[in-house]
Amino acid sequence: MYDETDLNHEFVQLLNEDGTMKEHESLPNLADEQLVDMYEWMVKMRLFDEKMLRMQRQGRIGTYAPFSGQEAAQIGSAAALRETDWIFPSYREMAACMHHGYPMKQAILYTKGHLQGGYTPEGLNIFPVQIIIAGQTLHAAGCAIATKLKGEDDVSVAYFGDGATSQGDFHEALNIASVNKAPVIFFCQNNHWAISVPLHLQTASQTIAQKAVAYGMKGVQVDGNDILAVYKVMQDAVNRARNGEGPMLIEAVTYRQGPHTTADDPTKYRDAKEVADWVENNDPIRRFHRFLEQKGLISDERIAALKERFNQEIEQAVQEAEAVEPSTADQAFDYVYDKPHKLLAEQKQEVQRLLAEKGGN
Amino acid sequence: MAQLTMVEAIREAMRLEMENDERIVILGEDVGKNGGVFRATDGLQAQFGANRVMDTPLAESAIVGTSIGMAVNGLRPIAEIQFLGFIYETMDQVAAQAARLRFRSAGRFTAPIVIRSPYGGGVKTPELHSDSLEALFVHTPGIKVVMPSNPYDAKGLLISAIRDENPVLFLEPMKLYRAFKMDVPEEAYEIPIGKANVVREGVDVTIVAWGPPVLLAKQAAEEAEKKGISVEVIDLRTVQPIDLDAILSSVEKTSRLIIVHEAVKSAGVGGEIAALVSECGLFSLAAPILRVTGYDTPYPVPSIEDDWLPTVPRLMNAIQHVMQF
Ligand SMILES: Cc1ncc(C[n+]2csc(CCOP(=O)(O)OP(=O)(O)O)c2C)c(N)n1
Ligand SMILES: [Mg+2]
Repeated sequence: MYDETDLNHEFVQLLNEDGTMKEHESLPNLADEQLVDMYEWMVKMRLFDEKMLRMQRQGRIGTYAPFSGQEAAQIGSAAALRETDWIFPSYREMAACMHHGYPMKQAILYTKGHLQGGYTPEGLNIFPVQIIIAGQTLHAAGCAIATKLKGEDDVSVAYFGDGATSQGDFHEALNIASVNKAPVIFFCQNNHWAISVPLHLQTASQTIAQKAVAYGMKGVQVDGNDILAVYKVMQDAVNRARNGEGPMLIEAVTYRQGPHTTADDPTKYRDAKEVADWVENNDPIRRFHRFLEQKGLISDERIAALKERFNQEIEQAVQEAEAVEPSTADQAFDYVYDKPHKLLAEQKQEVQRLLAEKGGN
Repeated sequence: MAQLTMVEAIREAMRLEMENDERIVILGEDVGKNGGVFRATDGLQAQFGANRVMDTPLAESAIVGTSIGMAVNGLRPIAEIQFLGFIYETMDQVAAQAARLRFRSAGRFTAPIVIRSPYGGGVKTPELHSDSLEALFVHTPGIKVVMPSNPYDAKGLLISAIRDENPVLFLEPMKLYRAFKMDVPEEAYEIPIGKANVVREGVDVTIVAWGPPVLLAKQAAEEAEKKGISVEVIDLRTVQPIDLDAILSSVEKTSRLIIVHEAVKSAGVGGEIAALVSECGLFSLAAPILRVTGYDTPYPVPSIEDDWLPTVPRLMNAIQHVMQF
């Protein structure tokens, strides 16, 4: 008989909130420059997130799903990948995507509701943003099965939230991946909320990680606000997958500091105290900052200069995105099939005629 | 009588029915404390408790599938699918299970559930939040499909849907949730499912619409009137079943028919209506039947949706075209 209360839960953590290392833990094998680079990415992504929220209020972009609070989970995991590995993201994983090479300009175009917003530049293995919760978990599993069949050693990563673990697709993906020993990592960012639904209404399991057990795969729960811990478990998962040891489920425990999207009002369903507690006492950037400070790897001046540089970089990407010619409705026909069939081509012509008439007014 | 928006009228319908019928439960994502992402169920969990207004785990197939089980065991579930684009996730439970249960069990079991879902374009949403998918369910025998265009109709139709013994898909146009207010009686009342409403009389052209395009059709009718063309507008209210009699008697009078819908053109409900009228009313017609619809592409991104959706100018073109005959 299996009793879930008998399960042995381990919560992987390397850093204390004050930035010191936990006893008996050792640093993952990372050079100082790599540590600083990961930190810089977190800072840049936080600035990006804040910029997007401002732009949304100014009406310059559409609905936006902020990821503030989840930078360690996203950057720590993406940093353990190599360029040819695959990412299958949801709408809240722009930080992981950009770390993996997705151009910031494209991320902005997406939020602007541009037809090119879903385009991934050639050579990048990043799937378009998934809106349908958990749908991408199956794509990642399939991609990994293909990798295995082709005898290659890239790894596929599906990013998704705690809510996604309630969907059938998630369970089907874990199962088929495990049966096939596919090189795929299911990376769940448990940010405690699925819009207004708290974790305890989403699952009666004590952890999300333990769901792996039922599929005969390894699961691990990690402090998702501890970037070093995230990196460590991700690196382990990546190595296992590359070595043909099969898939893994990672639950990164983190927190959605902001609203679900700019269309959401979280004061309706969650306590301001809970939010303040995470923001003030468990912010992933602050923790890593303290760690690097203690190692003498960053300083206040350095950070001020960094922020200046990143703000410029973000501004530049915004300008590039805003300079892109707006989409026109006739372009909606271009990627429905490889070649538009006759009736579709006629519809496109009708739209072009209507657009010309409108322009002529 | 109170002046209500459509979303308020919908909430009132559920509240009144729940007060009168203990078997009714609501289930869906974020319908409880949050009151639904559009606030359609706002305050209902506070009034009726978490046993009757349930936040479900994030799983559409679970929402509809368990609704069927509850219905079989005596409850009357109202399931919310947060946006209609997510109904693909539960296509099996809707089309292969709920819709077929009466048929499959030779009448022994039925699934009197209501599936409510916001749908429709023009509100700048992310992908898969704006699609009009009614045709998929018109093509599914065993389920009714109701699509109101104003607060008064929404309340009466939803009450009928809740009292109906069949599964009903009740589609709520997001664009009209708060677009305007209307006098809505405070008590419960029914508007029969399957009966169209002539919202404007005319003698030259019939326009058949449902949901937001009803408003477009009325605008086009006003513009046409300035040009001396008299347009009759039929609000179909229900696309399964279709009130063919109402359409035929209008076309007998006008001899010209235009159908307007937001859904893509191919195999849309417009095509079905055109086929029905050619079968049963061909000799009333003086002109080809025209459709003004969304195009045969996936619902596009927000920045271009206004040029993709039916517009008054497109309807005017169609009116002028049929008037040549
Ligand atoms: C199939 C499907 N159902 C519902 C939604 C609406 N929706 C968007 S995000 C969301 C919550 C997702 O929560 P979680 O998986 O925890 O991810 P998070 O948003 O917290 O990153 C819901 C219900 C959707 N996009 N797709
Ligand atoms: Mg979540």
